[in-house]
Amino acid sequence: MILEIRNLSASVEDKQILKDVNLKIGGGEIHALMGPNGAGKSTLGNVLIGHPDYKITGGQIILDGKDITYATPEERARAGLFLAFQSPVAVEGVRISTFLRIAYSHLHPDEKIVISEFNKRIKEAMKTVGLDESFISRSVNDGFSGGERKRFEILQMLILKPKMIVLDEIDSGLDVDALRMVAEQLKRYFSRDVGYLIITHYQRILKDIEPQFVHVLVNGTIAMNGDKSLSDKIEENGYDWLKEVA
Amino acid sequence: MESTYVNKDEEIDRLINDLKSNGALDYGFHDNINPVYSTGKGLSRQVVEEISEIKKEPDWMRRIRLHAYEIFMSKPVPTWGPDLSGIDWENMTYYSSPDEVKATNWDEVPKEIKDTFEKLGVPEMERKYLAGSIAQYDSEGIYNSLKKEWEDKGVVFMDLDSALKRYPDLVKEYFAKAVPPSDNKFAALNVAVWSGGAFLYVPRGVHVDMPLQTYFRINGEATGQFEHTIVVADEGSSVHYLEGCTAPVYSKDSLHAAIVEYYVMKNAHGRYTSVQNWSKSVYNMPTKRAWVEENGNMEWVGGSLGSKITMIYPSSYLRGRNATTSNLNIALAESGTVKDTGAKAIHMAPNTSSKIIAKSVSLGDGKSIYRGLVRINKDAVNAKSHVQCDALLINDESVSYTMPHDEIYEPTANFTHEATVGKIGTEELTYLRSRGLSEDEASSLIVLGFLDDVMKEIPMEFAVEMNRLVKLEMSKMGAVG
Ligand SMILES: Nc1ncnc2c1ncn2[C@@H]1O[C@H](COP(=O)(O)OP(=O)(O)OP(=O)(O)O)[C@@H](O)[C@H]1O
Ligand SMILES: [Mg+2]
Repeated sequence: MILEIRNLSASVEDKQILKDVNLKIGGGEIHALMGPNGAGKSTLGNVLIGHPDYKITGGQIILDGKDITYATPEERARAGLFLAFQSPVAVEGVRISTFLRIAYSHLHPDEKIVISEFNKRIKEAMKTVGLDESFISRSVNDGFSGGERKRFEILQMLILKPKMIVLDEIDSGLDVDALRMVAEQLKRYFSRDVGYLIITHYQRILKDIEPQFVHVLVNGTIAMNGDKSLSDKIEENGYDWLKEVA
Repeated sequence: MESTYVNKDEEIDRLINDLKSNGALDYGFHDNINPVYSTGKGLSRQVVEEISEIKKEPDWMRRIRLHAYEIFMSKPVPTWGPDLSGIDWENMTYYSSPDEVKATNWDEVPKEIKDTFEKLGVPEMERKYLAGSIAQYDSEGIYNSLKKEWEDKGVVFMDLDSALKRYPDLVKEYFAKAVPPSDNKFAALNVAVWSGGAFLYVPRGVHVDMPLQTYFRINGEATGQFEHTIVVADEGSSVHYLEGCTAPVYSKDSLHAAIVEYYVMKNAHGRYTSVQNWSKSVYNMPTKRAWVEENGNMEWVGGSLGSKITMIYPSSYLRGRNATTSNLNIALAESGTVKDTGAKAIHMAPNTSSKIIAKSVSLGDGKSIYRGLVRINKDAVNAKSHVQCDALLINDESVSYTMPHDEIYEPTANFTHEATVGKIGTEELTYLRSRGLSEDEASSLIVLGFLDDVMKEIPMEFAVEMNRLVKLEMSKMGAVG
């Protein structure tokens, strides 16, 4: 699976946020995206999944050769794209079991779901990500703590089995154990068919799951591409030097 | 608790699949059954006399009918709510009877009518979930059954016409007492031309632990249905009475003006659940009221779907000390429909309490209005009341109003009111869609989620019905947002 972002520009509420962003992520690749607050990282994630509030003003998004620039969010999801949201929203009254079952049936239309088995799978995944089994009958993110929401994003990834995965600050707001769990699961799930774009502010997660590519977004533009050492440099020097470059 | 709920969820899914494969979900069909007897179009003193005569009623009933007819004629069509000018009083058939059957066994029911109820899944539900059931077709109850266990304990459950013949004194004691014909024009009409409905009497101390149900079907075009139902939960007893209704799709409008009178005696517990799904040519104007005596508890659970205009405000008159009531109401205002619904609680004694939860969903250009009344009389010391109205709007044309009316005359009373209006949010929709759900699915899930706390309270088969209708409405609407 290959995700190609070509000269992508996007605005929200008539404000231009992304300008000519280029990225290419293949299966078996781990990319990190860093950048100062407000640079447009989450905007990129939202644009990638087709969030209707974000308007694409130029460029293309290509997934496995297919132009999905204007595809609906569900079409993108069904094609294998997944975003772990920075701040997942609560959806009152929508039970996790029902939600995941419907989602799964779309993502894997050829598989027959036996409800009881599927629920068992969810419960096992809950154990893996450190959520209590009883969460299965709770509503999506409703009343979840910040960390629980992040854990639930990982659970969805494990259950729904997407291929091209954008993780927007999955490492923010997690306790030490959760952080270790997330890194472990990301490593375990990773394969030649899976691509990651890890949006982060911290070195920590990148130590556990080492990216081959690091990109820095400043002011809606990719200011620099590099390898792991780029993230070390940012850790040491911050972003100011890059702002001058950009 | 939690885990049984997951199972309920699964069960609903399963039931929906089952029903789909049986093709049982299209209520819009109509049967080619010609009425054996009909009073023809329009209403007059003579029509009222005629109905009474066909039914060979006692004279007191005939006189109440005629008295009610006069009240009906003298009262104007109410104009304080939705526009009722479309009701075609002259071209309506006020009484229409399919056949002179009163079966106690489905095999005795004429085949075509039986087929209809089979299609609606009624006999199956009876076998599975109910202590007894009545099926009414147009104006007449055509099928009555009560499991022997309850008959032996003295429970009476049959259509009101039959009860009038067999227990005239009992019926007379309760008929049109909680809801007198003077209450409103539609109540007056009901008392004048009533036919069918249920009579349920639960003796002292008897706890009927399975629900009893009546299923109403209007088949005739431009036919009025005026069933009159009386439930009496005598001292220390408990009972759950259910109603379901459907009508085929016709272009000419029909009128449904029912009365439900519910008497909850001292220490008794009454519950009433109805999910009404009328076709969009029906004006649904029932009057439902409970009298709740000392320590009694009355629960109203209702879902109003379909119909052209529905005006329904189940009321509890808390007449004795410590009487309590709760009212859970869901209104689904589909495109082209108006739901003017709500609840009333009248606190007439100390320590009474009421809780009203009303949820409405407006789809397309559907309009939902919450209209309620809480009255706490002077001397209803320490009475408590809480009203909560939540509305969900699906798009820009959907409309919702809240018109609570509170009359608090007792200084020690505790009254609270909360109201919220929400729209389906882009963030929530996008979140669900980003996991592969279609826009329709995402919005139906959100709507059903909004109704969730009420769905828990309604019986499985009604939950299935609500579930199905919401999904159907969402898919009909196509794009939302
Ligand atoms: N829905 C929105 N409405 C208005 N402004 C928005 C919206 N989404 C993003 N923005 C604006 O776009 C800019 C980029 O925001 P974005 O969330 O993409 O930043 P970020 O790089 O993810 O920052 P952080 O590191 O703080 O998460 C910010 O100025 C933000 O206020
Ligand atoms: Mg962000």
